[in-house]
Amino acid sequence: MAGNERTLLTQAQMADGVKALAQSIRAANPEAESIALVGVFTRGVPLAKRIAAEIEKLGLKVFVGTIDITQYRDDLNTFQMVPKLEGSDIAFDIDDLNVVLCDEVIYTGRSVRAALDELLNFGRPKRVQLAVLVDRCGREFPVQPDFSALKVTLAPGERVAVRFEEVDGQDACTVQTQAPAR
Amino acid sequence: MTPRKDLLDIASLTDEEISFVLDNAGPFKDLFKRSVKKVPTLKGQTVLTLFYEPSTRTRSSFEVAASRLSADVTHFDIESSSVVKGESVLDTVETLEAMRVDYIVVRHKQSGTPNLIAKNTRASVINAGDGWHAHPTQALLDAFTLREIHKDLRGCRALIVGDIQHSRVARSTSLIFRRLGMQVAYLAPGSMMPREVPQEIPQFGNWTDAFDWKPDVIYLLRVQGERIDEPFVPSSAEYHRNYGLTNERVEVLRERGLYLMHPGPVNRGVEITDAGMNYEKCLINQQVENGIAVRMSVLYWLRPGAAE
Repeated sequence: MAGNERTLLTQAQMADGVKALAQSIRAANPEAESIALVGVFTRGVPLAKRIAAEIEKLGLKVFVGTIDITQYRDDLNTFQMVPKLEGSDIAFDIDDLNVVLCDEVIYTGRSVRAALDELLNFGRPKRVQLAVLVDRCGREFPVQPDFSALKVTLAPGERVAVRFEEVDGQDACTVQTQAPAR
Repeated sequence: MTPRKDLLDIASLTDEEISFVLDNAGPFKDLFKRSVKKVPTLKGQTVLTLFYEPSTRTRSSFEVAASRLSADVTHFDIESSSVVKGESVLDTVETLEAMRVDYIVVRHKQSGTPNLIAKNTRASVINAGDGWHAHPTQALLDAFTLREIHKDLRGCRALIVGDIQHSRVARSTSLIFRRLGMQVAYLAPGSMMPREVPQEIPQFGNWTDAFDWKPDVIYLLRVQGERIDEPFVPSSAEYHRNYGLTNERVEVLRERGLYLMHPGPVNRGVEITDAGMNYEKCLINQQVENGIAVRMSVLYWLRPGAAE
């Protein structure tokens, strides 16, 4: 039996989710004159850029950076293939800045832990918050998002797949069910 | 990219593997600009340097690379070990196997020793220079350095100058340059030119002819002290006069905008003058810095215990 896929957010709901995240981030940082959004490779990057565009419409200056957490993964040794590195790119001073990490999904919390480790090598931000499009319950580390567009609880065999036009050629947010092993 | 256990030479690498190592060295070099220049990639793993020949630069470069990947780094001190009492290489490897080191970086005057070690350990073995055979990480860092200048090296021309015959650097570096689409030529005294040079590599005996070939980069090799004063070169002064980069030749490089490389350490006044070292397109310091990034990339790619 092949696996199947069902829609979690439509394209329009994804766009509304991004706007809602931007408004929440703006509201939660009233005193800030500027803010930094740092996207976690791969799909946290287009998410960060989209949220940044919405926040700028609300009149707040936004810096955008990217983080590659490959070097920080605690399961790197188990990979069958060695991943190509993207490298982190934070071309602004994060000291005393409010930084929002952006990732498309939070599940176990391990990626966020890794992203925090990498982020802190660039300096000492004033505050770090976390924004995700989908909060999938099932944390293995004590890390919670500050902002999420959707919160869902799924069965262990299910997987949230978020696709962005910039990376995947289309916007989609689905739940994929793996085919049972024979 | 599929991980490999060992890096023993350039010849056995695929084009894809060469690109993978060079492409990943860029993000590692970006780390050096930060106050924290370290990532936890090899945390808990041990890198051991096993140098049967003296080396400061290559060994330090590997040690810094391993430290920046958070590995524990140990040097096996040949001078004070049982090797001086006659212990064989394989006995030493057995000892290292018992210590459960993960990576062995080896340099040996005998060609093929790293291959022998690689066959007898589960650790990843990196050849840091063996005899006249190979010095793959030097070649990779040379290629990376040139790629920082020209993204596509196809058609670029490198003139390699000096003791080609006895140089593992010349062998590995000319091979990787050609693999990346460059043209390579040799300039050397007859006594230092290999007997069999591939037909597509022009050989020159003097700078005038070599400059007429219109190289883009001049790659000077280190002249080994033991080869001066016969039988290869009568004196260092004569070598410098005929094959060294004199001040006049530096001016030719400047007029033509040529880049200058050298694997180090430099013999000032023999293969190069102070003016050459201060030449604005001299890439020697860049090669040293890039050496660390490229070696980090190699350590990241290799996987101890991976099937070869």
